[in-house]
Amino acid sequence: MNREKEELAVFSRKTLGFWVYLMTDCVLFATLFATFAVLRTATAGGPAGSDIFDLNFVLIETMILLTSSFTVGLALLAAERGLRYQSLTWLVITFALGATFLGMELWEFNHLIGEGHGWQQSAFLSSYFVLVGTHGLHIAVGLIWMAVVIFRLIQRNFKETDVRRLSLLSLFWHFLDIIWIFIFSFVYLIGGMA
Amino acid sequence: MPQIPQEWITFLFGRLTLQDFVHEPIMAGAGIGMVLGLVAVLIGLTVFKKWKWLWTNWITALDPKKIGIMYVVVSAIMLLRGFADALLLRAQQATNNNLPVELLNADHFQQIFSAHGSIMIFFVAMGLIAAMFNLLIPQQIGSRDVAFPFLNSVSFWLFVAGMILINAPLVVGEFSNAGWLAYPPLSGLEFNPGTGVDYWIWSLQIAGIGSLLSGINFFVTILKMRAPGMTLMKMPIFTWSALGSTMLIMAAFPILTVTLGLLSLDRMIDTNFFTSTLGGNPMLYINLIWAWGHPEVYILVLPAFGIFSEVVATFSGKRLFGYKSMVYAIMAITVLSFTVWLHHFFTMGAGADVNTFFGIMTMIIAIPTGVKVFNWIFTMYRGRVRFTTPMLWFIGFIVTFTIGGLTGVMMSVPAADFQFHNSLFLVAHFHNMIIGGVLFGAFAGFAYWFPKFTGFVLNERIGKWAFWSWLVGFILAFGPLYILGFMGAVRRLDHYDPSLGWQGLFIVAGVGVAVIALGVFFQVLQIVVSIIQRKKNRVGPDPWNARTLEWATHTPTPEYNFAVIPKVTERDAFWEMKKNPSKKKPAYEDIWVPKSSGVGAIIGLFALGFGVAAVWHIWWLLVLSLVAVIVLVIVKLTDDDVERKLSAEEIEEEEKKLIAKELKEQVA
Amino acid sequence: MRDDKKRLLKRGLQIIVSCGVALAIIAAFVFVTQGRDIPVLDPHGTIADQQKTLILITVALGVFVVIPVFVLLFAILWKYRASNTKAKYEPELEGNKGLEVLWWGIPCLIILALAVITYISTHALDPYKALESDKTPIKVQVISTKWNWVFVYPDFNTATVNYMNIPDNTPINLELTSDAPMNSFWVPALAGQVYTMNGMATKLHFMADKVGSYNGSTANISGEAYADLRFKVNAMSDTDFYAWAEKAKSSTNVLNDETYAELSALSERQPETTYALKTEDLFNDVIMKYMHSGGTSH
Repeated sequence: MNREKEELAVFSRKTLGFWVYLMTDCVLFATLFATFAVLRTATAGGPAGSDIFDLNFVLIETMILLTSSFTVGLALLAAERGLRYQSLTWLVITFALGATFLGMELWEFNHLIGEGHGWQQSAFLSSYFVLVGTHGLHIAVGLIWMAVVIFRLIQRNFKETDVRRLSLLSLFWHFLDIIWIFIFSFVYLIGGMA
Repeated sequence: MPQIPQEWITFLFGRLTLQDFVHEPIMAGAGIGMVLGLVAVLIGLTVFKKWKWLWTNWITALDPKKIGIMYVVVSAIMLLRGFADALLLRAQQATNNNLPVELLNADHFQQIFSAHGSIMIFFVAMGLIAAMFNLLIPQQIGSRDVAFPFLNSVSFWLFVAGMILINAPLVVGEFSNAGWLAYPPLSGLEFNPGTGVDYWIWSLQIAGIGSLLSGINFFVTILKMRAPGMTLMKMPIFTWSALGSTMLIMAAFPILTVTLGLLSLDRMIDTNFFTSTLGGNPMLYINLIWAWGHPEVYILVLPAFGIFSEVVATFSGKRLFGYKSMVYAIMAITVLSFTVWLHHFFTMGAGADVNTFFGIMTMIIAIPTGVKVFNWIFTMYRGRVRFTTPMLWFIGFIVTFTIGGLTGVMMSVPAADFQFHNSLFLVAHFHNMIIGGVLFGAFAGFAYWFPKFTGFVLNERIGKWAFWSWLVGFILAFGPLYILGFMGAVRRLDHYDPSLGWQGLFIVAGVGVAVIALGVFFQVLQIVVSIIQRKKNRVGPDPWNARTLEWATHTPTPEYNFAVIPKVTERDAFWEMKKNPSKKKPAYEDIWVPKSSGVGAIIGLFALGFGVAAVWHIWWLLVLSLVAVIVLVIVKLTDDDVERKLSAEEIEEEEKKLIAKELKEQVA
Repeated sequence: MRDDKKRLLKRGLQIIVSCGVALAIIAAFVFVTQGRDIPVLDPHGTIADQQKTLILITVALGVFVVIPVFVLLFAILWKYRASNTKAKYEPELEGNKGLEVLWWGIPCLIILALAVITYISTHALDPYKALESDKTPIKVQVISTKWNWVFVYPDFNTATVNYMNIPDNTPINLELTSDAPMNSFWVPALAGQVYTMNGMATKLHFMADKVGSYNGSTANISGEAYADLRFKVNAMSDTDFYAWAEKAKSSTNVLNDETYAELSALSERQPETTYALKTEDLFNDVIMKYMHSGGTSH
């Protein structure tokens, strides 16, 4: 087997491995969703979702994340065509959108805690903070990863291996987007209804 | 001396104080023994100047064969630790804590059975399974490596970090007293404010993440790296069972990660997932932990099934009977194992309909298992059965496992389970399955594949002594527990009312463990004697007339496994090759193998730091460890220079040498 | 020739030793078991009695598989041992459709039978199901505390600690909860166990069919007191029971909210004690303690 074929085989392993990892992450989130479903009504005298969620705010968050999913796709397309600057630009935009999303989420958390509705108050709030927070943590990891890719883009010419890594990053980012849509639907929309 | 402000000390050491190093005599003895042993090893390494050897040959190794051997070593040591725990537990119950000096108090007894269970499952059984994966899968599928060699090393070092953390309470702090699955609210902050449960959580969490990564790694390895021609239905049956096991790992371990994570949040930042107040729901924990816990049983036992399948086919000199049935049975078990978790708590008050459903699902899983038993037996039919030690373990397995299966079906009927649950009957049952299934499987595999990795066989005679001691000890140790269960004896008792008349049975059980101890002694002796006699016991690359690809290469296997990747046309590829040997001259090519890397071990070290920090609330260490792990991962992942080339000429040279050596030995 | 003799001798010795070991094991088992009380197999309650029958039926069905396995295992091992060169050798034998269908099929049938039995028995012996009898059931509320079992008889204004008196041949309706980590209430001679948990009530029904004293205990690890969380269930005649209940409610020991709080906070085992119950709805108060307003976890 020649070297290039070998490298392609390695990449195909990595892609499958990454997909499989995403599936395990799916199980992780599924477990958290199940936990949320069980504890959703366990408000222990504290607020229910409908008392504390600001749907407009969350809708803006959602839009921002959806847009970032689009821009990361554009970054990948550009990188595949070898358009380094274009790819860089889209990535920076994606990063900014992701960071804004994370910032808004933290602001929301901070706001809730400030109102006295921290995770200590009830099982419902615990499960809310941990489910949404775990997603936020994933976003943070994605941002670190993105920063590394951006750094390497600036540093030197983009290599074939970097394009492959970027494709995995974009996969990760889309995945987080899908998870967020579930969070938006189940936690905020259904959970936010009285 | 100037007084150091208390805040500084708290900042530096969290809730760790000198008081935490003080232990009761037995535990202190074990702790001191452990530390002395460690010191002796360190001194030995220094005196014999072996540090460099250890670093370059082992710690930085990415070769799955070496990682596999390290798994075997760690698991064997942990088996001894877990077994020492068992000896203490049995001694306590046999004497009914009625000696002139109190052996163990209730709390200490509870810590020991919690440690026994956790260690045996996570650091012995899981370790042995990981060892088998590493040692066998790449070679069985005709591959040179695993899919992600570096990730594999990370998995191993996370396992080691967890192992160190679970043994640390012998020296500092206490261990969990809440049983091997630590049900809340007992494991919650209210009833367990100390470090015990945290040790339990973090050692399992760290090792568990390692297992999850291993699962992904070997799943991809099996799917992507098989030799040309090896379709799924031509895969060796061990690899099939490993595939089922890795699928279960990937589907089940994230649940464990979440469950342990939530419990630790309850304990660390006052969330209310499993507390008994503020809406928390302990029953949720019990559901989640068993949604992982039941598949876990099959994660362990499927590979053992695989081992027995290889052993019985080889030593019967015959194809495995009903290969396709076996594959379907493995896959059926894989799927069904996710539909039975509720049978671990029929007594929690679920309705009759729910209990009926889970009871019937549990019985259904006995069908594919039963099919496998018949197929194994019929593999010997019209064969030529050689009674080697691996075969003896196989026979012992069939006998104990069948009895365990019967008692399992007895407990799967919910209305009857109300009388068995949490009793010693249950304890006897799962030891029947896990010792008879997993451990006997590992022992069979050890004896069978030992020459593959060392070039010499184990002493058969001492191996047989070990087997018979284990079997007789096993019957003596667990038979009484079945009867005690019928007598109403519950598990985990540190003492009982003498008027109940249980002591005689507990004494028999204690004698049984002593006989098993004899078996363990013979096993150690067997290894020592075999190493001393290694010249005499030297064998070629195919000592058993085996059938699968791992025996098609040299013994011990060279780093690159196969100089030329074999082409597979049939099941039992090596058997076919022996029937129709290829006359073609091998065409060597360049081979790339991964460069050694110490980063995996360093990540393990920081994971250990993280665990220690989380247990003792040392926040600076927590942050430092986390940042270090992230930086290391980034550095490693952006490194493109991870392989080194073995040129075709080098390979040819090496192969010539190996073949010449084999020929010489054949003549001798 | 001599070698043959030696081998024969060795084989004989092996057989004698293994038979000896087997006999010794059996003797040991018999010796330590005979004359002991085996409540699960020698029950004194209607529920436990049916559970015993159920257990025996499952064993009987299971034996249908176990016996063939053992017979086949040893027969085939013996016949196809390597030294028996006369036996047929078919190294390429891959399987046998008929046989495989047989051992997929027969276990399926057995499990089918067992499934029917499971469905019927699980519903019939549902611990939540009240027992039928012409006698009025006795209601007992069980609270597991950290170190003690508390039994409340709301209809008799009495309560006991670490023992429980019941009339024989009368349905006993138990409600159970925990004021400590999860426990499990088990009286093997009368009925299988049920968990006791914080903030919720579980149920169990049983009926003793004979006068006698039966052992009960917790079955779920619940802390330091675990091994001491034992109690007696005394089944007695109606007359004895009602006489006892009458006396009990005027006991000098009083169980009210305060004394209960003291009792539940104890960290040692109490001797068997009888109380006059001077509080309404203690059982529900214990449950509500963990619920807090608005909590809906069941």
